[in-house]
Amino acid sequence: MAGETENYVELRHINKTFKNYKASDDIHFGIEKGKLVGLLGPSGSGKTTILRMIAGLETADSGDIVIDGRVVNDVAASKRGIGFVFQNYALFRYMTVYDNIAFGLTVNKCKKSDIKKRVEELIELVDLKGLERRYPSQLSGGQRQRVAFARALAPNPELLLLDEPFAAIDAKVRQELRSWLREMITRVGITSIFVTHDQDEAIEVADEIIITNRGRIEQIGSPGDIYSAPKTAFVAEFMGSPTRISNISEFKGYEQLDRTIHAVVRPENVSVTKKTEKSRYPASVEHGIVERVLFRGRELELAVRVHGVLLTANRRLEEARIAEGEAVDVFIYRVYAFHENEEVQIVDNANVGTENLFYI
Amino acid sequence: MEIRKNSGVLKWALIGISAVFLTVMLILPLIYVMYTAFEEGIGVFLAAVTDEYALKAIGLTVRVTVLTVIINTVFGIFASWCITRFSFPGKKVISALIDLPLTVSPIIAGLIYVLTFGRQSILYPYLQGAGIKIIFAVPGIVLATIFVTFPFISREIIPVLNAQGTDEEEAAALMGAGGFTIFRRITLPHIKWALLYGIVLCTARAMGEFGAVSVLSGHLRGKTNTMPLYIELLYQGYDFTGAFAVSAILVLMAVVILVLRSVLEYKGAKSGEQAHK
Ligand SMILES: Nc1ncnc2c1ncn2[C@@H]1O[C@H](COP(=O)(O)OP(=O)(O)O)[C@@H](O)[C@H]1O
Ligand SMILES: [Mg+2]
Repeated sequence: MAGETENYVELRHINKTFKNYKASDDIHFGIEKGKLVGLLGPSGSGKTTILRMIAGLETADSGDIVIDGRVVNDVAASKRGIGFVFQNYALFRYMTVYDNIAFGLTVNKCKKSDIKKRVEELIELVDLKGLERRYPSQLSGGQRQRVAFARALAPNPELLLLDEPFAAIDAKVRQELRSWLREMITRVGITSIFVTHDQDEAIEVADEIIITNRGRIEQIGSPGDIYSAPKTAFVAEFMGSPTRISNISEFKGYEQLDRTIHAVVRPENVSVTKKTEKSRYPASVEHGIVERVLFRGRELELAVRVHGVLLTANRRLEEARIAEGEAVDVFIYRVYAFHENEEVQIVDNANVGTENLFYI
Repeated sequence: MEIRKNSGVLKWALIGISAVFLTVMLILPLIYVMYTAFEEGIGVFLAAVTDEYALKAIGLTVRVTVLTVIINTVFGIFASWCITRFSFPGKKVISALIDLPLTVSPIIAGLIYVLTFGRQSILYPYLQGAGIKIIFAVPGIVLATIFVTFPFISREIIPVLNAQGTDEEEAAALMGAGGFTIFRRITLPHIKWALLYGIVLCTARAMGEFGAVSVLSGHLRGKTNTMPLYIELLYQGYDFTGAFAVSAILVLMAVVILVLRSVLEYKGAKSGEQAHK
């Protein structure tokens, strides 16, 4: 319990049902001050609902929400000291950029000169100088996001909530904005929670990731932990772009596993070598047939059929070319194995180490 | 193929039919109204419209219209807001009820009020006791006009409110804005043109309403005769010049409203483009 008091935001056993759909099922987590946390899960898994309940835009059926040591269940949304960046930004379309950012200060009856100073400061921060008199319809997606960010920060909130902040932005600019947002939040030093359904985004931006699925929390941890040590079947199948294998015990190096266990394997844990190349573990390679070769820019993506399963693997461009239909050697380094409703085990190929021939 | 080949002929035929139809049904009668009004010279026209009872009728129509429009604007905004922003049991019923006056004959509307507030009503003794006269008096005329025109404003703004969504209002509320501030700064700019358009339609209909008002007014010359009722009275008394002279004024007001309506439609469309670009 001692650890819990350090949390700046805490959700305690929150439940929320819409009509008869359980959107939040015993949601329980804490967030330390100054952290940037990502709520990651598929669409409809209840991420927005969690965010809206923290903000006070939605009321939980049961459970407590604590912000800065105070239970805020009955505190009005506007009194919680929260900045909110809406999914489509919800900028005030009949107000200029300046008025949008100033809105929160104006309605709280701040002094005109203070408002001006604060808005100018924020416009400087988000680099929108010269666009103050534009309307939202005259801005690009990235600029709108920055206005939404500045508007949310204007009243100096203690907690910033962002709902899919990158969803409305072209893929090209998105990458750039991720690092921008990360840097901004670090610079302002504000505790933040953002929602996303994109695992790359969560891994890249968040200090800590909370994985949601069907209204429940599946796992909480650092991006590294979540990625390399998934705890539940859902997380194992959600992270990376894994292939599911239901006959893993037929694969060399995994014969020790239970016949009924499921496993997932990620592309980076599959190595494909040509028959003419030397494999690192010649005794435990499987025979596979390449069905598809896709050019992915930095690398090739191969779809290889092994024991009836179509595995995905990557291969570097500078390596010898592999053609579709070619017979190859396939070696699986690691799988994540699980029985339904049980914890995931990380299983390395049993032959790694015993057969360490060409290890560099 | 067939249609495309003939499209030139078909197009002009349809346009021609529409033009003839409009001319016969609308333009000719309107010209005829004007012509008859001024047939016996401007002096007679002026005499007819400055007649004591004519002026009273014009005054009453203006008063009833202004009152109706104010009440319906307030009611229309509240009703649309409730329907688009809250979910509550019976919401569908209320939305349907709002449109009722469009489907009910105005005569029925008049009769409903006669039954509700007239001699045979259980409310009558209380109204009598309080000294309130509704039937065959100005309040009755206002009530009837309100009933007939109340869908116009909400029908214009409900679609706009629905399209806007609640995001911006939610964002404003989260930043601490009160209900009135949200309405004034977020919602009103959005529904402004639709609202004005609804007000114009409501005004036009309120000015011209005959049926419901006719039932409730009692036709007291100089007291409860609105312009349309007064025109009918003159007409029944074979005073065609007088009838058409007063009609001409009503037509003139309608034309002004038509122009206003076009301006609003144009501006509304332009500002809509602005906001959604
Ligand atoms: N206001 C609401 N009324 C009814 N159902 C809702 C409402 N808000 C969300 N839901 C339902 O709750 C579930 C979770 O929604 P949401 O939190 O928006 O998911 P996410 O943000 O992860 O996509 C969805 O199935 C959605 O249909
Ligand atoms: Mg969502």
